Amino acid sequence: MSTASVANHDAAHDHHDHEHHDNFVTKYIFSQDHKMIAKQYLVTGMFWALIGGFLSILFRLQLGFPEMDMSFLRPLLGGWIDEAGKLDPTFYLALVTMHGTIMVFFVLTAGLSGTFSNFLIPLQIGARDMASGFMNMLSYWLFFLSGVIMFISLFLKTGPAAGGWVVYPPLSALEQAIPGSGLGMTLWLVAMTFFIASSLMGGINYITTVINLRTKGMSFSKLPLTIWAFFLTAVIGLLSFPVLFAAALLLVFDRSFGTSFYLSDIYIGGEALPNTGGSPVLYQHLFWFLGHPEVYIVLLPALGITSEVIATNSRKPIFGYKAMIISLLGITVLSFVVWAHHMFVSGMNPFLGSIFMFLTLIIAVPSAVKVFNYLTTLWRGNLIFTPAMLFSIGLVSFFISGGLTGIFLGNSAIDIQLHDTYFVVAHFHLVMGSASFFGMIAGVYHWFPKMFGRMMDAKLGYVHFWLTFVGVYMVFFPMHYIGIAGFPRRYYSWTNFEFANMYTDLNMFVSVAAIITFSAQFIFLFNFFYSMYKGRKATENPWRSNTLEWTTPIEPGHGNWPGEIPAVYRWPYDYSKPGAEEDFIPQTVPLSATPESNLPHEQELVKVELEIMKEEEEVLVSNETSHS
Amino acid sequence: MEKDLKYVDLVDQPIAMHPKKFALWLFLVTIVMIFAALTSAYIVRQSEGNWLEYDLPSIFWYTSGIVIISSLFLQYGYYSAKKDNMAGLRTGLGLAVLFGIAFLVGQWYSWVALVDENVFFVGNPSGSFLYVFTGLHAVHLISGVIFLIIVLISTYKYEVHSKSMDTLEMATTFWHFLAALWLYLFMFLLLNH
Repeated sequence: MSTASVANHDAAHDHHDHEHHDNFVTKYIFSQDHKMIAKQYLVTGMFWALIGGFLSILFRLQLGFPEMDMSFLRPLLGGWIDEAGKLDPTFYLALVTMHGTIMVFFVLTAGLSGTFSNFLIPLQIGARDMASGFMNMLSYWLFFLSGVIMFISLFLKTGPAAGGWVVYPPLSALEQAIPGSGLGMTLWLVAMTFFIASSLMGGINYITTVINLRTKGMSFSKLPLTIWAFFLTAVIGLLSFPVLFAAALLLVFDRSFGTSFYLSDIYIGGEALPNTGGSPVLYQHLFWFLGHPEVYIVLLPALGITSEVIATNSRKPIFGYKAMIISLLGITVLSFVVWAHHMFVSGMNPFLGSIFMFLTLIIAVPSAVKVFNYLTTLWRGNLIFTPAMLFSIGLVSFFISGGLTGIFLGNSAIDIQLHDTYFVVAHFHLVMGSASFFGMIAGVYHWFPKMFGRMMDAKLGYVHFWLTFVGVYMVFFPMHYIGIAGFPRRYYSWTNFEFANMYTDLNMFVSVAAIITFSAQFIFLFNFFYSMYKGRKATENPWRSNTLEWTTPIEPGHGNWPGEIPAVYRWPYDYSKPGAEEDFIPQTVPLSATPESNLPHEQELVKVELEIMKEEEEVLVSNETSHS
Repeated sequence: MEKDLKYVDLVDQPIAMHPKKFALWLFLVTIVMIFAALTSAYIVRQSEGNWLEYDLPSIFWYTSGIVIISSLFLQYGYYSAKKDNMAGLRTGLGLAVLFGIAFLVGQWYSWVALVDENVFFVGNPSGSFLYVFTGLHAVHLISGVIFLIIVLISTYKYEVHSKSMDTLEMATTFWHFLAALWLYLFMFLLLNH
């Protein structure tokens, strides 16, 4: 699939000249250009989103229509559909496991951070490329390799990993436990190792680039919020992914070398295993030390994109720029001290539970600050409803409705009832899954003109938005009721339980809604690939936005800016500034050029600015003389 | 990549640090996190009881000494390179590599000592942790030795001198870090045993 799209890129780019001609392989496959790597991440992410989404449709069919004859799926699933046309229960577990793994890591981590951090960091901070183009390329190809291994595991005879995306031991550690804990689990661990290496390389690059390669004048207090979000996401990843590596390493030793880090006193088929002295809760601690920050690795980039899109399309400065940064920082710090709220019912000391409950509820504060700031930015703005804007507003909506249920789940007492029910599923699919997904889609719609030099079709975008937005609520809202009623997640079937029967129709409704929502994504796919070749040609700054990427040529070549990198003189949110001629003033416009709209304190800064500009001119002159 | 760096030089850099050196520091952070995770896992697991007590191999004292000496030699090489003293640089680097390999051999004998004590990789996690700490550290140290050897070879091509210190500086940082990491692990084991 990637070869096909690569070949297509070629056709699209053929008609214009580049300064230096790369051959096909260095330009489209082993490219070191951050924009191409970003596109590679995006297309790969979309491929995985399709697979992950399709897997969820398969298990939704089972949940919504337990009596259904699924023989028609046999050409695809083969032996996983038995003679009676029923889905194999162990394969059901594999489906939910792979859905989770793919969506969390491959789509919302690599697809989201990989695409937009790569694409936007150099463009928005004014750099020619990432700090190390080679490492960036390596990062993508390790991700690709990881994807290939995970993809192969889908076709194993014993099935892919099936112990849940959290792969708790002992289930995941003992091959004899379930079929999915055999080779499928091994490949899962191998794939994740490559994935961790890929994320770390990407993250190191993002942080280095943001800190070292900002253009003149681009201080941290002038950085767009997108960059702040990508930067902090990379910091979180850098600190948490190694811990997952440590956890996985010990799991590998337990699985393949017979150690007992996580295993103790286990009987299988009446026979005692030799392992003694291990602690499965230890794995949970290590896993969730990554697992919880991972939620923010997924969410923060989406929040950053939303900040940018909402400010631009409200034609208003973002409300509380500093408060946004502080809450991002707050979320970053707090994300590391709340992991045990995933373990309230794991037999952990209840006193610890209270501490983690307290810390967890504190996260509501920075989150609420962000929501408040989004709403106040929208308030009385000149709203322009581009598809990107709609998806960003959708994100805010999901962030609110999904975030509220987090307050319940964060309570260690209420969690006893709600733990591992569909309430949890509903909660995180709204607040993390759908919200991040919407952020990603908003980003694609917003930066598509910069990526491909063409516009996506807005009308199709609206249809896509409304079907997806309503669809997501139809899928996940009923799940709250199912969860409160006590339905546990990851169960193949509930029809054996009397209390569960009355919810069969609700499950059916959810499944139908899921199919509609999934189908709606094909509108997006069509729009994406069609617009890549046939879309309306983009202008240089189609959204009339302030940030640096819109000062590049319509299709920026290698090095991004043909001449000098522009210097930055103001923050990125000067929209509708009183007194200004236009309703936006790009970051590259000096304060001295806009005396009519400067605020009193900015007038003071003009003097400093003039000095910087003089220096710059000297540099320019000296550069020119040295070149000639 | 050379081309990209030229671009970079034109930009006024807000923080005057070589991007690759900075990236190396970030890489060290990831290693710190791996060992922080493992050592905290050790403490958490230890507090739950059923913990095998055994004597730490005394050879750890010697290997700790060796790794410190190795670091000192590398530092000597570094100072020599600053003064363009090529012979001193090669001696320092070469001895650092030799002592690094001696350290690895010593760590191997610590495993032999553990087996003699009937502490195996497979068994009570108390012993398994020790193998994981030393083994994972050794893996990193091997990568450090390879790095040093590469730098050593490049000194014979006169690629390292007072005007071109970046690679050597990075190798020195990495090597000192690995020595410090071992000392941390050893202290940790002494205190939590």
